[in-house]
Amino acid sequence: MSINALLDEFKVKAASPKKLLAEYKAQGKKVVGVLPYYAPDELVYAAGMVPMGIWGSNNKTISRAKEYCATFYCTIAQLALEMMLDGTMDGLDGVITPTICDTLRPMSQNFRVSMGEKMSVIFLAHPQNRFEDFGLQFCMDQYNHVKKELEKLSGKEITNEAIQDAIKVYNKSRAARREFVKLASDHCDVITPVKRSAVLKAFYFMEKPEYIEKLNELNAELKALPVCEWEGTKVVTSGIICDNPKLLEIFEENKIAIAADDVAHESRSFRTDAPEDEADPMMALAKQFANIDYEVLLYDPKSAQNRRGEFVANMVKESGAQGLVLFMQQFCDPEEMEYPYLKKALNDADIPHIKLGIDQQMRDFGQASTAIQAFADVLEMQK
Amino acid sequence: MAKQVSPGVLALRKVVDDVHTEAREAKKRGELVGWSSSKFPCELAAAFDLHVMYPENQAAGIAANRYGEILCQAAEDLGYDNDICGYARISLAYADGKRAARKFDPETGEYVIDPSTGRPLKDAEGKVVMDPETGKPKKDPKTQTPYIVLDDLNEINAMPDGPEKERRLEAISPIRQMQIPQPDFVLCCNNICNCMTKWYENIARMHNIPLIMIDIPYNNTVEVDDENVRYVRAQFDQAIKQLEKLTGKKFDEKKFEQACANANRTAKAWLKVCDYLQYKPAPYSGFDLFNHMADVVTARARVEAAEAFELLAKDLEETVKNGETTTPFPEKYRVMFEGIPCWPKLPALFKPLKEHGVNVTAVVYAPAFGFVYNNMDEMARAYYKAPNSVCIEQGVDWREGICRDNKVDGVLVHYNRSCKPWSGYMAEMQRRFTDDLGVPCAGFDGDQADPRNFNAAQYETRVQGLVEAMEANKQAKEA
Repeated sequence: MSINALLDEFKVKAASPKKLLAEYKAQGKKVVGVLPYYAPDELVYAAGMVPMGIWGSNNKTISRAKEYCATFYCTIAQLALEMMLDGTMDGLDGVITPTICDTLRPMSQNFRVSMGEKMSVIFLAHPQNRFEDFGLQFCMDQYNHVKKELEKLSGKEITNEAIQDAIKVYNKSRAARREFVKLASDHCDVITPVKRSAVLKAFYFMEKPEYIEKLNELNAELKALPVCEWEGTKVVTSGIICDNPKLLEIFEENKIAIAADDVAHESRSFRTDAPEDEADPMMALAKQFANIDYEVLLYDPKSAQNRRGEFVANMVKESGAQGLVLFMQQFCDPEEMEYPYLKKALNDADIPHIKLGIDQQMRDFGQASTAIQAFADVLEMQK
Repeated sequence: MAKQVSPGVLALRKVVDDVHTEAREAKKRGELVGWSSSKFPCELAAAFDLHVMYPENQAAGIAANRYGEILCQAAEDLGYDNDICGYARISLAYADGKRAARKFDPETGEYVIDPSTGRPLKDAEGKVVMDPETGKPKKDPKTQTPYIVLDDLNEINAMPDGPEKERRLEAISPIRQMQIPQPDFVLCCNNICNCMTKWYENIARMHNIPLIMIDIPYNNTVEVDDENVRYVRAQFDQAIKQLEKLTGKKFDEKKFEQACANANRTAKAWLKVCDYLQYKPAPYSGFDLFNHMADVVTARARVEAAEAFELLAKDLEETVKNGETTTPFPEKYRVMFEGIPCWPKLPALFKPLKEHGVNVTAVVYAPAFGFVYNNMDEMARAYYKAPNSVCIEQGVDWREGICRDNKVDGVLVHYNRSCKPWSGYMAEMQRRFTDDLGVPCAGFDGDQADPRNFNAAQYETRVQGLVEAMEANKQAKEA
């Protein structure tokens, strides 16, 4: 398939999760929604069911969720609840609710009380002290609970072989996406920010083997192209999510390409593979979680150093970007807590950055547009 | 007439003062002083004779003394968003060296008095003296305080020794919460929230000090499963090793057991004091419990805290026998106050309650700090239950328990802008109280430490509404 045809397909898939859900159901498949962060999707896949990521929506407004939530919770959580309450998610057979941040913790209860009758609500509490044997054990204990619930849902046992296979599939998907991110930078004339976002977003809604096949195809096509002589500037994006096409268009208008990202919805979610040489695949999944690093959401035992800040600053340097754009999701305190030290690392490395306050209910990006436009000039001077 | 303070309350205050004094003196002697999450197992630190301070308790005191805004703003100027918990912001600014200090006028050599502060001047008969020029009450100069400005301890310490350095150090607010030594280590336990994790990491980074982490994840069931206990106990063991490395001492099993015994005794005495709120009228205002919490947080493993609560329990026993109360108004209605108090606005919180005869006779902190256990497994289970880490069924059960036992007529719910986990399933809980208990609820917006998030007018309206609903309920019951 041609690059454009592939990009169009990813674009359509990224924009139509509801339609895809209906298709899977029509095919007699069971579907499990997966909320952020770091839930073991592999187990859903291994159970023969389709995992679909839930990361809020750019097209919805909080209304019914007000019955459960005060205003000061991020839209990723609130709009997830909104879509459950307004029937958008009715097709789901289950939903996994991790509890890594202070919003998702109590929200797990709101999801359970509001949806418990309609679908299997599967709780997950990750360990922060995840490195030692006891942490790996607790992670496995939690993942085993998830596994049991998924087995109840699918009506059959999830075998170790199936999980090992799922790990391989997911590692392939992670590798393909990492490669795509690099190729998207090398060929940023073809892979605009909007198109890049759609490719990565489609992962959450497509069945994994099909996604991997299409993405590998796209990657191969891109590799065949000469590296683009980009006349604009490049940035690294950071934050929880930046998948709004209207916002990303502003980058395109200002000839800003995305060289790499430190975004939870994107690269943060596929930086770390699960080991394929573990006898116990549940241990492999636990180790994968333990190996996740430089994360605003996760405990860093070497916290006396500014590891995460420096990691991101290095990413900017190594990717050839001139600066960083932080999409600060409103009400996201983990991201907010780590901002001062990110800022310090960027300043120490002479990397310019801007922080944009965003919210999935924003429809007017006038302020962001002005800020990005001004930043484009700053980036030019860094070239 | 001045309010008489009971021996128990005086003892409780002394315990907290002593804890802080001892920490300051230890630091001066070059000993380690740590900062800890309020629900980190203090018994472990006690086994090593470590001095530990508590940033949450500190922030509450800073906010109550009206220094919350200046420190929150200082944190925001450092880049910490105002969406972040007010306690964390205050603590991070403090960790960074920011201090609230009295404004000094070098020309007069005096602190500059803020004319808006102070209580009304009263004459010999106790009547308020009016200022004929302004028509407003005159201020009693003895009660007035200086303007507060932000200073920086790191800047001050970097100055050459001399009178200017001394003066600036002297000007820092003398309240104990503004004199807490900077930390040499931090003890983090995130049972109450995951904000703790990054808060304490930031402090560790600022000071390049060790962080000891006990991670206690959220629980979806009322029971604490064995695998949860296993995870926490393993972390207790690891923390002990880390504390041994930090102090160069061996874990003292006897000291630990004594600390556990003390903590249990304190918890039991605390619960006993809380239980006196069952009486009608309650022998004291539930609001007082918020102050006594300082002991439960900062001195739980000290025998003095247990003794002070036991003394208070004795005082209350007497009060009840004599049919008396220290509540400064006749109790017409009884409510549960849900949430952390709005520390910077305590008088504003109290005013409409007093006006309408509403006494707070139930607070969730009562059962939440009742850490009673007989062995390490039970200790792990006890620490697994914090208000913000229990499932909704446990949360509702706690509240309904104290509402029933303490015979409340209504519930006042604080939607605390600073606390996402606490307010997280509040709406659903509210619905459950109303259904199960048949009592009205009213919510209001506020903040535990940032005064900018509290609206007195809204609060008063909500209290009024609650009172009307409680009255209507009363009438209906009597009918």
